[in-house]
Amino acid sequence: MNTLLLVTLLLPLVGAAGVAVLPDHRQLLAKQLTLGISLVVLVMTLWMAVGFDTGGERFQFNSSYTWIADFGVRFSLGVDGIAVVLIALIGVLVPVVVAASWNDEPTGERSMKAFFAWLLVLETMMIGVFAATDVFLFYVFFEVMLIPMYFLIGSFGGPRRQYAAVKFFLYSLLGGLIMLASVIGLFVVSNNQLGEGTFAFDALRQLEITPGTQKLLFLGFFIAFAIKAPLVPFHTWLPDAGAEAPIGGAVLLVGVLDKVGTFGFLRYCLPLFPDASRFYAPLVLVMSVVGIFYGALLAMGQSDMKRLVAYTSIAHFGFIGLGIFAFTSQAGTGAVLYMVNHGISTGALFLIVGILINRGGSRMIGAYGGLARIAPLLGGAFLIVGLSSLALPGTNSFVSEFLVLVGSFTTQPAFSIIAAVGIILAALYILLMYQRTMHGPENPRLRGVRDLDKRELATLGPLIALIIVLGVYPKPVLDIITPAVDATMVDLGTNDPAPTVAEEGNR
Amino acid sequence: MIEAPSVSYTGLSPVLFVFGAALIGVLAEAFVPRAYRWGVQLTIALGGVLGALVSVALIAGREELTISRAVAVDGPALFLEGTLALLGLLSILLLAERSPDMGGSAFVAQAAVPAGTALDRQLATHARTQTEVFPLASFALGGMMLFAAANNLLVMFVALEVLSLPLYLLAGLARRRRLLSQEAALKYFLLGAFTSAFFLYGLALIYGYAGTVDLRGIFDQAAGTDKSDALFVIGLAMLIVGLLFKAGVAPFHTWTPDVYQGAPTSVTALMAACTKVAAFGAILRVLYVGFGNSDWTWRPVLYGVAIVTLIVGSVLALTQTDVKRMLAYSSIAHAGFILTGTIANNQAGLSSTMFYLLTYGLTTIGSFAVVMLVRDADGEASHLSQWAGLAKRSPLVAGVFSLFLLALAGIPLTSGFTGKFVVFRAGLDAGAGPLVVVALLASAVAAFFYVRVIVLMYFSEPAADGPTVAVPGMLTTVALAIAAAATVLLGVAPGAVLDLANQAAQFVG
Repeated sequence: MNTLLLVTLLLPLVGAAGVAVLPDHRQLLAKQLTLGISLVVLVMTLWMAVGFDTGGERFQFNSSYTWIADFGVRFSLGVDGIAVVLIALIGVLVPVVVAASWNDEPTGERSMKAFFAWLLVLETMMIGVFAATDVFLFYVFFEVMLIPMYFLIGSFGGPRRQYAAVKFFLYSLLGGLIMLASVIGLFVVSNNQLGEGTFAFDALRQLEITPGTQKLLFLGFFIAFAIKAPLVPFHTWLPDAGAEAPIGGAVLLVGVLDKVGTFGFLRYCLPLFPDASRFYAPLVLVMSVVGIFYGALLAMGQSDMKRLVAYTSIAHFGFIGLGIFAFTSQAGTGAVLYMVNHGISTGALFLIVGILINRGGSRMIGAYGGLARIAPLLGGAFLIVGLSSLALPGTNSFVSEFLVLVGSFTTQPAFSIIAAVGIILAALYILLMYQRTMHGPENPRLRGVRDLDKRELATLGPLIALIIVLGVYPKPVLDIITPAVDATMVDLGTNDPAPTVAEEGNR
Repeated sequence: MIEAPSVSYTGLSPVLFVFGAALIGVLAEAFVPRAYRWGVQLTIALGGVLGALVSVALIAGREELTISRAVAVDGPALFLEGTLALLGLLSILLLAERSPDMGGSAFVAQAAVPAGTALDRQLATHARTQTEVFPLASFALGGMMLFAAANNLLVMFVALEVLSLPLYLLAGLARRRRLLSQEAALKYFLLGAFTSAFFLYGLALIYGYAGTVDLRGIFDQAAGTDKSDALFVIGLAMLIVGLLFKAGVAPFHTWTPDVYQGAPTSVTALMAACTKVAAFGAILRVLYVGFGNSDWTWRPVLYGVAIVTLIVGSVLALTQTDVKRMLAYSSIAHAGFILTGTIANNQAGLSSTMFYLLTYGLTTIGSFAVVMLVRDADGEASHLSQWAGLAKRSPLVAGVFSLFLLALAGIPLTSGFTGKFVVFRAGLDAGAGPLVVVALLASAVAAFFYVRVIVLMYFSEPAADGPTVAVPGMLTTVALAIAAAATVLLGVAPGAVLDLANQAAQFVG
C-alpha cells in the first residue's frame, strides 16, 4: 500500500470543496488557493515520476480498498509507466491553466470561483482515470469526468457554448454507455471463468476470452475511446467543443481528456482483447491515416484559430492511433511519447491563441497580421510552439513522430509511408496560420497592443522549456514509458520484428 | 363447516399498519373537528407507514404463507413492502405540504363541484383544505403492499382494485387546473377499469386451465401436462396486459403522460414511484412463482415489449415541453430498463429489479418534489421554457434537480447508475445481450432530454416574467433531503442495500 497516489488524487477534490465554499467576493483568494493546490499536486506527480522504478513492478504506488463487494469492485489505484507520465502531464498543465485563466472575466454573471472549483474537480477525475487499475473504477472516472468539463464549457465558453457543451457531453456519454455494455460483459465473462466476477485489471488480463466474444467486447471499448480520442469519423464534437471552450478548458480538453481515448486503447483494448485487436487493426489503421489527412486538410481550411488547433489535434491523434495499432514496442513507445508531447505543444498553442484573442478580440485569422513586429515575444513564442506542433527536429514532437513512423514501418510499411506525407500538410497549416497572423501588413486595429507580460511568460515559459528539453533529451521519459509498452506488447502476444534495416543487411 | 384459515398477524403487520391507519383515518375524518383534522390525519398516516417500516425491519428474514397460502411473507414481499413504506412516507410528506409560499394545499376542498362555476372559483382560493387525501393514500399504499405480496391471483385482483380506486380519486383532486385534473382522473379510471377487466378475464382463463388461483398450483399444473395450452397462453397474456398497464409499460402506457400531468404533483409522485414498485412486485411474483417454468411463453413477449417501451419512452420524451410530461415519458423508459432485469427469470433478475425499483422510486419522488417548488401566479410552472436560468435564481434547487436528473440519466456515482448496472448485468448474464445494447442506446437518448433541462437551468438567461422558486416547507424539505441523500448514498456506497436485496431475493411458495 502506498498512499501517495491516493493523496494526489483526492487533494484537488478537497481543494475544490474549499474553493467552492469561499464567499463570492474572495475571488483573489480562490485563485491563489487553486494555484497553490495545483502546484502541490504538480510536485507530487513529479515526485511519483522521479520515484518510479523503471526496472520494478509494472504497477507502482498501488493502493486498494473494498468498494462494492457485490460487484467485485475495488477502489484500486496504481500507475504503470504510461499512466505516470500522463499524470505528470496533468500536474504540469493544470497550474499553467490556472495562471493562464488568472485575468479571465466570466461571461454573464457567473463568478470565476466556480471555474476554478470545477477545474480542480476535473483534475481529480483526470488523475483518477489514468490511475484506476479496476475497470469499473476507470469507467466511473471516465463518465464523471464529463461533468466538470461540461460545466466549464457550458458556463464559461464562447457564444455557442450551450450547443458545444451538450454535443460534447452526449457524444462522450454515448461512447461511455456502449463501453458500459462491454464492462458488464467483462464481468460476466470473469464470473463464468473465475467463479466470481471481478474488475481487477490484473485478473482480467488472465482471462481466456473466445475470439467472438472478444470482438464484441472490443467494439464496446473501442467506440468509446474512438469518440474520446477522437478518430475520424467520431470527431465532429471536438472542433465545436475546442472552439467554444474557454482557453483553459480547451487546453485540458485537447491536452489531457482526449488522451484518455488513446490511453484506453493501450491499457484496455490491446491487453484484454488481443485477438480482436489484431482483427480490427487494419480498420483502425485506416481510420488513423484518414484522420491524419482529414484533420490536416480541414485545419488548413479554417479561418477560426481555435477550430484550426482542434483540427490539428485530430491529425495528431491519427499518428498516435497508427503508433498504437502498429503493434511494435517502438511505435507504441512513440505513441505514448506523442501523447505527452501533444499535450505540451497543443496546450501551448491554445494558450498562444488565447493570448492572441485577448489582444485582438477575435478568433478569426483574418483579423490579425504583422503582429510579430508589434509583439516580438509573442511572435517568437508562437513560432517555437508552432514548429513543435509540426514536429521540427530539435523539438519534442519530432522524437515521437519519428519513433511512430520508424516503429510502424516494420509492420505496416504502407500506412507508415502514407502517414509520413501528412507531415508536410502539418507544416502547411501551422506556417500559414503563423504567416497570416504574425507577418504581412500590420492590421491597424492591433497598433499598440501589449507584448507578453510577466504572467504570460511564466505560463508559456515552462511549456516552451519542455518542448526544447524533450526534443533534445527525451531519454528519461522514454525510460519510464518503455517497460510499460513492452509489457503491453507481451499481453498482446506480439514479438517485435527485427528492424527493417537489419533485415536488408542480412540479404 | 368451513374452518377459518390461520392468519399470521406478525407476518402481515406491515400491511395491517397501513390499512389500520387508513381505517382510523376514515373515522377521524368523521369525528375530529375540522380545526385539528389536518394534524391528526397527518399523524395517523405517518404512523401507518412508519409502523410498516419498523415492522418490516423487525420481521425481516421471515418466510411463510399465511391465510391459506393467499399472502406471502418472504424476502421480496418484505423488501418491496419496506420500499413502499419508505416511498409512501416521502409521498405523504409531499401530500401534506401546505406552506403558503407553495400555494397552500394542492387539493380542492370539494372535488364534485363542476369546474368553472362560481363555487369552484371560490374554492380555488379558499383556505379550507382537504384531508381525505391521507386515508385515500393509505388505502392505496396498503393495496400496493398487498399487491406485491399476494400469492394468489384472486387476492392480487382485490389488491389491484384497492390500490387503484383511491388513485383515481386522488388524481382528480387538484385545486388548480380543475379540468385537466378531472380529465386525468376520468382517463385513468376508464383505462384502469378496462385493464382490470383484462386481468380478471385472464384470471378466469388460468383458473379454467389450472383449476386453482394459487401461484404454486399454477406452476405445478403448467409442468408437464398434455392439456391444451390455449387457455393457459391467452390467460397469461391477459394477466400480463393488466399488470403492464399498471407498470406503465408500452404499448399500455398511453395514460401515463396525461395522468401525470393532470394530477396534483404530490399525487403524481405517489403514482410514479409507488405504483411502479407495486406493479413490478406483482409482475415478478406472478411470472417467477406462477409461470417460472413456462418462461418460453412470456420471455419473448417481455423482450419485445421492453424494446418498444425503451424506444417509446426515450424518443417521445425528447419532444416534450412540459416537465411533468417529460418525467412521465422518462418513467416509461425506466419501466423498460427494469424489464431488462426482470426477464432474467433468476435470482439476479429478482434482486436487481427490486434494487432498481428502490433507487428509481426515491429519485422520482425527489424530482416531483422539485417540480412542486417552481411556481408562478397560476400555481406550478411546469413548462420547460419557464425553467430557463433557474440556477441563477435558486442555485440550490437547480443543483438538487440536476442531481436527480443525472441519476435518472444513470451517471456513475448516483443511485441511477448502480440500478442500471445491476439490471443490465442480470440481463446480460441471462443472454439478453441485444436488449441490453438497446437499453444502453436508449439511455444515451434519454440522457439528451435530462441534460437539456440542466442546460436550460444553468446556461440560459432567465425569462423576464419567469416563475419564482418557492422556499420549500418543512415537510417538502425533509422529503427532498431524504431523496437526495439516498440518491448519492446508493450511488457511492450501495453495498449494504445491494446485499439486502440479494438476501431478500428468494420467493417462498
